[in-house]
This record gives sequence, structure tokens and C-alpha cells, in this order.
Amino acid sequence: MAANPMTQFEVYRIGPEIKVGAFDISFTNASLFMVISSLAILIIFNLGSKKNSILPNKIQLLAELSYSFVSKMISDTAGSKAKPYFSFIFSLFMFVLFCNMFGMIPYTFTVTSHIIVTFILAAFIFIGVTVIGFIKHGFGYLKLFVPSGVPIVLLPLIVVIEIISYLSRPISLSVRLFANMMAGHTMMKVFGGFVVSLGIVGGWLPLSFSVALTGLEILVAFLQAYVFAILTCIYLNDALNLHH
Amino acid sequence: MYKKLFLYSLIANFFFTNKIFAAESGGMPQLDPEFWISQIFWLVLTFGFLYIVLSKLILPKISANLELRKSQIQENIEAAEKQRESSEAKLKEFNGIILKSKIEAKNIFKDAREKVIKNINSKKEILDKQIDDEIKKAEIEIDTLRQSAPEKINKIAVVTSTEILKKLIGAEVNNSSISAIVDDLVKKNGDKYYGH
Repeated sequence: MAANPMTQFEVYRIGPEIKVGAFDISFTNASLFMVISSLAILIIFNLGSKKNSILPNKIQLLAELSYSFVSKMISDTAGSKAKPYFSFIFSLFMFVLFCNMFGMIPYTFTVTSHIIVTFILAAFIFIGVTVIGFIKHGFGYLKLFVPSGVPIVLLPLIVVIEIISYLSRPISLSVRLFANMMAGHTMMKVFGGFVVSLGIVGGWLPLSFSVALTGLEILVAFLQAYVFAILTCIYLNDALNLHH
Repeated sequence: MYKKLFLYSLIANFFFTNKIFAAESGGMPQLDPEFWISQIFWLVLTFGFLYIVLSKLILPKISANLELRKSQIQENIEAAEKQRESSEAKLKEFNGIILKSKIEAKNIFKDAREKVIKNINSKKEILDKQIDDEIKKAEIEIDTLRQSAPEKINKIAVVTSTEILKKLIGAEVNNSSISAIVDDLVKKNGDKYYGH
């Protein structure tokens, strides 16, 4: 079982099978880590916001630094109009970050390495941003597909390209996160398998690789959460401040 | 011995790696739709819960904390600025006082000096005058003494000559003839004797 690098992504039921109508909503290991991540976020930020001292302690500093980090990210990319969506982007960033980071602990499950999870998040963002765009600008939002300063001859082509690129946003957003997480974890598993199979004689090289990969994967875990959040901000910026 | 062990382990390695690659045929569990609905359900549930608690309870608190700290720091900075200004003003005042008192001290010193100098000068003048007077008086005295000196000397010479002649000759000599001779001598050689 440990030999197959893909078994780590297997979802299995924890506890009894729960069915609502035709849908199976049993509690799985994926659900477990979603719950753990959410609870970890809530506990950390609750502790970080409980006491307000002028000189913050470590956990308060962590919470406040994260707050200002996300706040700055949003105001830099989407401007001041994006303030009402701060809570959502903050939750999104933290959720993805914590799921990624919990996945880095050995024998855990990486929630974000499943395309269905990332796709649901991305699809929700896509639909939400589109709805916001139409509410703010009405049908004027369709001007997004018509960039200014393009020769008339090229316009039909550009519009088609813009529409395709817009529609592929949820796919690119979800596949980017999912593929990064899956590839990284698979690689680590493969190198870990080499360590076992090559033994004490030849196992040092894949072991050192594995150590280096762990560092890289922690970086990727943070980076992908950041990219996910910042792309959300950029899409939101398109919907809020129509520049075309 | 070690070489043999190494070879054995290498062979064993190949055995195991074969096993690894053989097992790699399960496909991606991510594409198995068995638990998709469950994952969506739990994602919506956990993320929704997370979002609601964060946005309603926790984030406003953090934001308020940050705002409070910002305003407090601003206040402190303002207070510090005020105090700095007041201390600067006081420093200026202090410097002004020092400058004033320095000038005052200088003036006092100058006045005192002038007074003393004036005093000294006036006293000196008085003393000079007195000395001058004394000198003049002494000079006049000397002058009178000097002017009366030849006559006295003449008289002494005449008396002495008469006495000497009396003893030499033993007879009275006429005073007037001797004084005529002395006068004559004085007229001839007076300059030599009195050194005018």
C-alpha cells in the first residue's frame, strides 16, 4: 500500500455511511482535514484577537500580521472597492493555506490535492465575480471582452480569445492548485519510496532529495495559497473596476 | 565481505524497485467520483462555517484592535510632539535668560571697571598735582638756595680771608678791600665755581 504514490490521495469513509436522498455525504478523511483546518484557523485567530494589548504577544502578532498581509494584498490588487469582500478572501486564503500546510505533515490528507475541492472553490469565485460584475456594471460588464485600442479587423478574434480566457478562469485556477499539490506530494512519496527500496546503501541520495523537496513543498503550499487568493483579487478587480 | 554485502543490497534494491513500479497502476483517486458529493458538502459546510465565524466574530475584532492601536500610537506621537515643542520653547527661553544675564554681567563688569578706572585716574591726577607742587616747591627752594649761595660763600670767603690775614700778619685788614678782591675773583672765575 505504501508503495503506490497515489494511495495518499485516496478518500475513505470515517464512521458510518450517511446518505441524504441519493447523495452520499459520509464523513471522510477529506472532511476530517477540512474540519481540522477550519478549527485550527478559528482557534488561532480567536486567540489572536481575544486580548488587545498595545504590545501584541506572539499569537496576536501572527493574527494581526496575517490580517494586514491579506488586507494589503487586496488593496494593492483590487483597490478600496474590494473591502466588503475582505472576509471572504481572508477565509479563502487561510483555508487553502491551512489545508496545504496540514497536508505537509506525514500521514495526513491534503484537501486541496483534490480537483473537486479546488474546482468548487474556483467555480464559486468565478460565479460570484461574474455576478458582482453584472450587478455593478449591468451589461456594460461585457465590455470586459472588448479591449480598447484594438484594430477593428482583429476585434472578432480578440473577443473570442477573451471569452475563452474568461471562461477558462475557474479551470486554470482550480487545476493550478490541485496539480501543484498533487505533483508535489506524489514526488515526495516517490522519493520516499526510493529511500526505502534503496536502503541504507543507496537511500541517502533520494533522502536528501526528499528533504529538499519538503522545503520546496512548504514554499509551494504557501505560494499556491497566495496565488489562489491573489488571482481571486485580480478577478474581483476586473469585476469592480472595469478598465476596458 | 563489504563488497559482497553491497552487491547483495543492490540486487535487493532492484527487487524492491520492481515492486514499486509494478504497484503504480492505480490511477488517480481524485478522478473517482465516489466521494465528490461528500467532499462538496463538507467543503461548503466547513468553509461556510469558517467564513461566517471569521467575518462576523473574529475579523472585526482584529480590525478594531488594529485601529485602536493605530489611534493610540497616533495619540502618543502627537503627545510626544507637543511635549517636544514645549520643551524646545522652554529651552529657547532658558537660552534667552542665559544670554540676558550674560549681557547684564558684562555690563556690570564694564561699569565697575570704568568706575574703578575713573577713580584711579582722579586719584592719580590729585597725586600728580601734589607731587608736581612738591617738586615745584622744592625747585624754588633749591633755586633760592642756589641764588643765595654765592653771596654766603663770598661772605665766608671774606671772613675766612680776614681771619687768615689777621693770623698771618697780626694786624687788622680792611674788610672792604678783601671783599673787593673776592668780588673780583668771583667775577673772573664764578662760572668755574658754581657751575651754571
